[in-house]
Amino acid sequence: MTGGSENRSRRGPLLVLPAAAYLVVFFVLPLVLVLVISFVERGRAGGVRTPLVPTIAYYIRLFDPLYIGIFLKSVRIALLVTGVCVLTGYPLGVFIGRAPARVRSSLMMLVMIPFWTNFLVRTYAMKQLLAAEGGVNGLLLGIGLIQEPLSLIFNEFSVVLGLVYGYLPFAVLPMYASIEKFDLSLMEAASDLGANLRRAFLRIMLPLTLPGVVAAVVLVFVPVVGAFITPDIMGGGKVEMIGTLINRQFGVARNWPFGSAMSLALMLMVVVGVIYYFRTADEGARPL
Amino acid sequence: MRNSARAPSTGLALRLGKAGLAVNALGIFAFLYVPILILIVFSFNDTRTVARMTGLSLQWYEKLFVNRDLLAAARNSLIIALTSTLVATVMGTLTALGMDRFHFRLRKTFDTVLYLPIVIPEIVMGISLLLFFNLAFFPVIQLISGASLSLGLWTILIGHIAFNIPFVYVIVRARLVGFDRTLEEAARDLGADEWRTFWRVTFPLLLPGILGGALMAFTLSLDDFLVTVFTAGTASPTMPLYIYSLVRRGVTPEINALSTVLLLASMGLIVLSLAAQRRE
Repeated sequence: MTGGSENRSRRGPLLVLPAAAYLVVFFVLPLVLVLVISFVERGRAGGVRTPLVPTIAYYIRLFDPLYIGIFLKSVRIALLVTGVCVLTGYPLGVFIGRAPARVRSSLMMLVMIPFWTNFLVRTYAMKQLLAAEGGVNGLLLGIGLIQEPLSLIFNEFSVVLGLVYGYLPFAVLPMYASIEKFDLSLMEAASDLGANLRRAFLRIMLPLTLPGVVAAVVLVFVPVVGAFITPDIMGGGKVEMIGTLINRQFGVARNWPFGSAMSLALMLMVVVGVIYYFRTADEGARPL
Repeated sequence: MRNSARAPSTGLALRLGKAGLAVNALGIFAFLYVPILILIVFSFNDTRTVARMTGLSLQWYEKLFVNRDLLAAARNSLIIALTSTLVATVMGTLTALGMDRFHFRLRKTFDTVLYLPIVIPEIVMGISLLLFFNLAFFPVIQLISGASLSLGLWTILIGHIAFNIPFVYVIVRARLVGFDRTLEEAARDLGADEWRTFWRVTFPLLLPGILGGALMAFTLSLDDFLVTVFTAGTASPTMPLYIYSLVRRGVTPEINALSTVLLLASMGLIVLSLAAQRRE
């Protein structure tokens, strides 16, 4: 028996080894490299200067009001998008959860289809609707409501709209999963005991479905704060977010160390934010 | 309803609430589907506009099937998605089994590492691989073997396997949580060796989880833009990179036709995933 258990303890690492080795080389090491590169001077034509020259200049530069502004704007946009997704997605989850079983699976299918559809395709669908030569302008010009096409795209509004369009299904899925498990007769019981609807919702339903809301907030906020595709396509270079800024450092600006410092700042913000958020959400079922 | 006589205001609020829920749902489904429907409609337009329907035509679909760049991008995407799914599914499943059933040193640490790629922003993963290949991996290989390497399909593949392993792991591990291990013990008691027990008992029971993980990996890989764009180098784009280059240039009915085809393909995938779930 002792021989057997010794054998077992050796087999665990053996099963895990391929993935562990792979992720250490192609995930952990690259992240360590980002940290190292963020502390050395850039090369003249891109890359890094060799031999390496240590510097903290890129971290100091992050505190330039220009970059602080872009960070704050990204957070503001991400909070707005998350808020809209949660506040409209939750009632949708309730609506689907209350529907008869057969209708319910069809409705969930309608949420799943965008979820599984290529993100670029969906961003494009929104773009062609808002573009100067696109659907909305075509309609308004056609019925004679306007004479000149409106500029609906390439502004902060179109970016926010595109992000909500892109991430709303990510918010609905986890919230629906929680709402579906929630026993709606509890609301009736609360109302029998004299609680009004708002009170019953805040005291009973919201706390019990909070795990779904917490998951929805993380699933929307994290990708949106570092988004690149939507601000790039729906913003047309006029709406700068952290993602487009980082991308530029590795493209035209050819400033890898500064891009690395920015990436680490973004990662730190997201990881610390998520940990802090989970702690607060755990601490009691206090509403958001 | 029972207490409507006692609290008429609650009854009214409830009815208003129900109407509000329905209106909200209708609004969201319209918001999600109107752009997609318009996209599909204009893919059949017979002129180069996506503002007015001028007539019906299939010309944009015909153009798709003779577009060499597009076909090459589709082939690249499929090769990378299939290969990365296969490798990540094997590694992710083995890892889930190892983490679920055995205790060993550094297990907790590795568990954290496995969740990190899911949590950190994708763009960070993309640029970290770009730095790694250019500043560490290629120079080291050159030092050892003299071969000078550059970014291409194989570096995209390496990146996709890296972000797919954690997703397969999480999905298979969730399946292992409710796993009834007495079934394995029964098989062993009946004389099956460990290998036979695995293939005849453990594997079939895990299969829906493994298929779910594989499907997730396949979709993520087909869809990925950010990790791909930083590991692709100059040649051989995948489908998302190709679409991106088109979409940046403007809106045309060709993109609408291509989008419609991709939309149908992803709906096919959903049907597949529902079929896989029904097996459970």
